[in-house]
Amino acid sequence: MTTVAQQAVKPATMAQALTRAMRDAMAEDPTVHVMGEDVGTLGGVFRITDGLAKEFGEDRVTDTPLAEAGILGTAVGMAMYGLRPVVEMQFDAFAYPAFEQLISHVAKMRNRTRGAMPLPITIRVPYGGGIGGVEHHCDSSEAYYTATPGLTVVTPATVEDAYGLLRASIASDDPVVFLEPKRLYWSKAQWSPDAPVAVPGIGEALVRRTGTSATLITYGPSLPVCLEAAEAAREEGWDLEVVDLRSLVPFDEETVVASVRRTGRAVVVHEAGGFGGPGAEIAARVTERCFHHLEAPVLRVTGFDIPYPPPMLEKYHLPGVERILDAVARLQWEN
Amino acid sequence: MTVQELPGAGASHRVTPPPAWRPRTEAAPLLPDPEPYRVLGTAAAEHLDPALMRRYYAELVRGRRYNAQATALTRQGRLAVYPSTVGQEAAEIAAALVLEEQDWLFPSYRDTLAAVARGLDPVQALTLLRGDWHTGYDPREHRIAPLCTPLATQLPHAVGVAHAARLRGDEVVALAMVGDGGTSEGDFHEALNFAAVWQAPVVFLVQNNGFAISVPLAKQTAAPTLAHKAVGYGMPGRLVDGNDVAALHEVLTEAVQRARAGGGPTLIEAVTYRMEAHTNADDATRYRTDSEVEAWKAHDPVELLERELTGRGWLDETAVREARDAAEAMAADLRERMNAEPVLNPMDLFAHVYAEQTGRLREQAAMLRAELEAEDDA
Ligand SMILES: Cc1ncc(C[n+]2csc(CCOP(=O)(O)OP(=O)(O)O)c2C)c(N)n1
Repeated sequence: MTTVAQQAVKPATMAQALTRAMRDAMAEDPTVHVMGEDVGTLGGVFRITDGLAKEFGEDRVTDTPLAEAGILGTAVGMAMYGLRPVVEMQFDAFAYPAFEQLISHVAKMRNRTRGAMPLPITIRVPYGGGIGGVEHHCDSSEAYYTATPGLTVVTPATVEDAYGLLRASIASDDPVVFLEPKRLYWSKAQWSPDAPVAVPGIGEALVRRTGTSATLITYGPSLPVCLEAAEAAREEGWDLEVVDLRSLVPFDEETVVASVRRTGRAVVVHEAGGFGGPGAEIAARVTERCFHHLEAPVLRVTGFDIPYPPPMLEKYHLPGVERILDAVARLQWEN
Repeated sequence: MTVQELPGAGASHRVTPPPAWRPRTEAAPLLPDPEPYRVLGTAAAEHLDPALMRRYYAELVRGRRYNAQATALTRQGRLAVYPSTVGQEAAEIAAALVLEEQDWLFPSYRDTLAAVARGLDPVQALTLLRGDWHTGYDPREHRIAPLCTPLATQLPHAVGVAHAARLRGDEVVALAMVGDGGTSEGDFHEALNFAAVWQAPVVFLVQNNGFAISVPLAKQTAAPTLAHKAVGYGMPGRLVDGNDVAALHEVLTEAVQRARAGGGPTLIEAVTYRMEAHTNADDATRYRTDSEVEAWKAHDPVELLERELTGRGWLDETAVREARDAAEAMAADLRERMNAEPVLNPMDLFAHVYAEQTGRLREQAAMLRAELEAEDDA
């Protein structure tokens, strides 16, 4: 006989945590509906909605026609009528046909109606590279979303956050773009789905590792890379702090600023291209608020400003430990 | 006119795999009539309900006056822009009047009149065009979606509302309006397809007024009519004279009832004509001739009905005068209220972006507040 306690803590993947989050949200709130391409019988191409159709039926977990603007556009109407749609976009680059709906309606409906009609829609987007995907399957599209006022943009990097942030997103009365780092889908943690770890909500960054030499500011798929870099940096005698943003909009400036003021040096790390990427905004904000505490300019380690490369070349594009350590070295330690 | 039923509205007509492919031999049941359906001026008009038609008459007269008043307000600088529906009043008003209280209307930017005919305060309906806010009313309260500027994007919303209502067991129909140009947009296709697959209670009303700004229908589509587009989705397509309010009422009512009874969506093309320019900012003489406009004047929706009703003795001078007086009163009230400066609060800029303001917005709001206070002090 297994006790509840024995069952509780076991390795779980980020994918399982996401499924569990939708399952629990649907069980608690009958207005939560899941919709998208292949989300029903198949459970999604990444199996993130696995089992939901069986448990909740086709009316609440719907295989839609293959049309992203249609999926998001009908979700707008469903939210107007009081439902809470959770929409799956199959891959980052296939969300683009829905951008008109996203930008003109999803992001603006609350504003257009002076708050009378908020749209509680969660848009799940598997994003980013590192999985050997072919063209149009690996875009880091976060800058398009963060540049759109009215959208909340979050991205988990841990199993606990996958659960906690998705629950918070579904519960949010605002539309949330929920970016799922697809290369972390199969990352595991000891996790108790029966008593999920209470994680901070949307809009709070977390210091994942404390340090004194410099702060690495990152999110989503780059968090494990930064933690690895921080370990490697110990050999150089550098003690790096790592901040996981978790939420790009709203952006937790206070946690970031406090960290950089402590360490005096900062590197922003993400997969998306650097020009006009979230790192540009973060570096600017850190510079504005920490200028007198900074020992060096804020640096960025990002993907190149290129269309996402073919799978055999992606390793040259993605920011890795070496590039992060190089950037850290350029922060002029001797002074 | 008879209802064109979907063949076996359930899943039965989607047997997979088909026994053998055969070309269609009999006439497709979903095909629209070859000619726009008409009632006024035909024998069918004797069966009309005189009281209902008098009501339509009063609404048409009011609608015509509303268009004139709104256009005058643009000349006085009270409205930033007004897309007139002179010539299209019949479709605007029928769309509003066939709906029940619990139904939803999804208007495009041109359909202010439909919103007003549904009972919305004319000033609230004009907020978008006056420019003090994007939507002047609570869409849920009136079951009128915000007037939609990006073409055809309101159509999937209508499908979503209708679908959600049905999931919740509510007998709600959504009626969505779009122009002929809007039917070329991808969202038009996606909305019709979703609606048909889900058998959602939606009525799509296309007002084919001849032009998308300057582009004539012939450059917009190669389809025989816009109503034909329904066939490919598996829903009935109806072609109706968009200036014949009695025909519109019949076709729209039938589609609404069909939707309410679980019969799924209908696409209706109302053939009409935009008598004025696209908006007050447009020069229509560059793309059409006066003789074309003159020809359509002979088919004016208000006069068509007036002629029919007077001819049948269903409308007397008193009723005509009452309708005109009511329209004048509406116009005077609209003029007066639109001449009052709207009271604006610049801090509203930050009020409705998120449920809870972000730090960035709080900072920017503080900056604006300080600027405003400095202005006040000066
Ligand atoms: C997506 C989109 N593209 C372009 C426009 C600019 N635009 C406004 S009205 C219009 C023509 C629309 O014609 P139609 O659909 O026939 O409607 P009508 O104006 O005749 O009522 C265009 C091109 C727009 N509003 N939305």
